[in-house]
Amino acid sequence: MTPDSTASRISMTLSSSLESVDKLERAAEEFAGRAGFDDETVPHIVMAVREAAINAVLHGNSYSTAKQINASFETTPSDFIFRIADQGTGFDPVNLPDPLAPENILRGSGRGIFLIRAFMDEVHFRQLHPGTEITLIKHRAPAQPAA
Amino acid sequence: MSMKVATRQVDGVTILDLSGRITLGEGSVTLRDAVHDALAKGSKRIVLNLGDISYIDSSGIGELVSAFTSAKNGGGELKLLNLTRKVHDLLQITKLYTVFDVKDDEASAISSFK
Repeated sequence: MTPDSTASRISMTLSSSLESVDKLERAAEEFAGRAGFDDETVPHIVMAVREAAINAVLHGNSYSTAKQINASFETTPSDFIFRIADQGTGFDPVNLPDPLAPENILRGSGRGIFLIRAFMDEVHFRQLHPGTEITLIKHRAPAQPAA
Repeated sequence: MSMKVATRQVDGVTILDLSGRITLGEGSVTLRDAVHDALAKGSKRIVLNLGDISYIDSSGIGELVSAFTSAKNGGGELKLLNLTRKVHDLLQITKLYTVFDVKDDEASAISSFK
């Protein structure tokens, strides 16, 4: 992979730990930067990746040393794509409480998926039985024609 | 970088100068402990100075909300000071900006308690 490549992919299997979350966060920053996103967008992508990783490690695998997470970063000419899968019991993304609702606004948790959806262009969930895979997609700006 | 807290008193107001990252794990716990410590010592007027906070995640946002409600439930008030643009934007997105009393300078934060 070269810094100016427009298509690349890496995948990794990691333990269910906060160190893995930090590692994926750093990788997200590097990958999103290479993909050409601007200084406003890179932190949004990084945060979305971090939140997805936290969900996998904490809510999916419950920090279990017996469970792992599988993650991949991919850039295509049109998209930045991050996928992460846990080995947990799965969850229903449709019926998550709305963190903006008055009855939830002062809750101390429950904003992770909301922020992911706010910062990414597409978010997809897939139940793996066991586990959940979440795919985050950010569209890359069309390449500018050479002058 | 983990989060650090320095506590000082100004005109009866407890100011917690926070720096680093408020994220799941150490950062969130450090903030929680610092606020609980201030409340346990009887502080009713607390300001969280976020000017040197470089990053905050959903867990950190949740910790700010918990600190706010802990202070309120204890009969006190907790205000936010010096939000970076990133933190400001996050509070806007999550509709928490209007929940918190946010100040841009320390003097007005302190005088607002009186």
